Amino acid sequence: MAKVKPRVKVPKKAQVGDVITIKSLISHPMESGQRKDKKTGELIPRKIINKFVATFNGEMVVDFDLDPAVSANPYFQFDMTVPEAGTIRFEWTDDDGTVYDIEKEIKIG
Amino acid sequence: MELTRRDALLLGAGAVAASVLPQPLFAAEPTLDELIAAFTEGAEVKDGGVDIGAPEIAENGNTVPVDVSAEGATSILLLAGGNPSPGVATFHFGKLAVPSASTRIRLAQTQDIVAVAKLSDGSYVKASRAVKVTIGGCGG
Repeated sequence: MAKVKPRVKVPKKAQVGDVITIKSLISHPMESGQRKDKKTGELIPRKIINKFVATFNGEMVVDFDLDPAVSANPYFQFDMTVPEAGTIRFEWTDDDGTVYDIEKEIKIG
Repeated sequence: MELTRRDALLLGAGAVAASVLPQPLFAAEPTLDELIAAFTEGAEVKDGGVDIGAPEIAENGNTVPVDVSAEGATSILLLAGGNPSPGVATFHFGKLAVPSASTRIRLAQTQDIVAVAKLSDGSYVKASRAVKVTIGGCGG
């Protein structure tokens, strides 16, 4: 399987109270569990990212529960207000329990 | 296994009951209405108040860009009733987040996508939007 690589786009700097847009993408097949292997005719087992969470300095910003209907290489975009300088942490949870994470710092100025 | 006359009658009765019921008893996937009811815990759902952004015609059902937003929402449930399994995603928003999100979803066929939002006052609103799909997106 291709290596799972999380990517996020977060502004490096913002003013207190600014609303910033955050984009995230992770390479993942999001195997729905409904496709059949064309050669063997057997169902390919489900393997998806079932949860995406972003936290800012430990406080939950967004928490998305995902079903197989989310496309492969799940992409999410959302907006948040910057209360202070800090670290935003992103976590993707796989069906097999693996957690992929990435952190980005946001400075004030 | 020996099939007695009593067993045979029971089996027949079961088969008749299963065919008469509108929803198949053995369906593994919850229906759209069941998912909405589970999300709202049976509360009344008003129409409007949720914006769904989606293309009118999606050429590729494998990645349909969709954005949902609802003023004052704490959670938004996104559903696609025409998919083999109607659940798409549930978005929960913290205090720092603006209650809107964009993502890309799979749509198996032309259908209405439904978004139900839970507002901070505990009420629920919903909206739906039709999307035409020219190539379905659930594998083949």
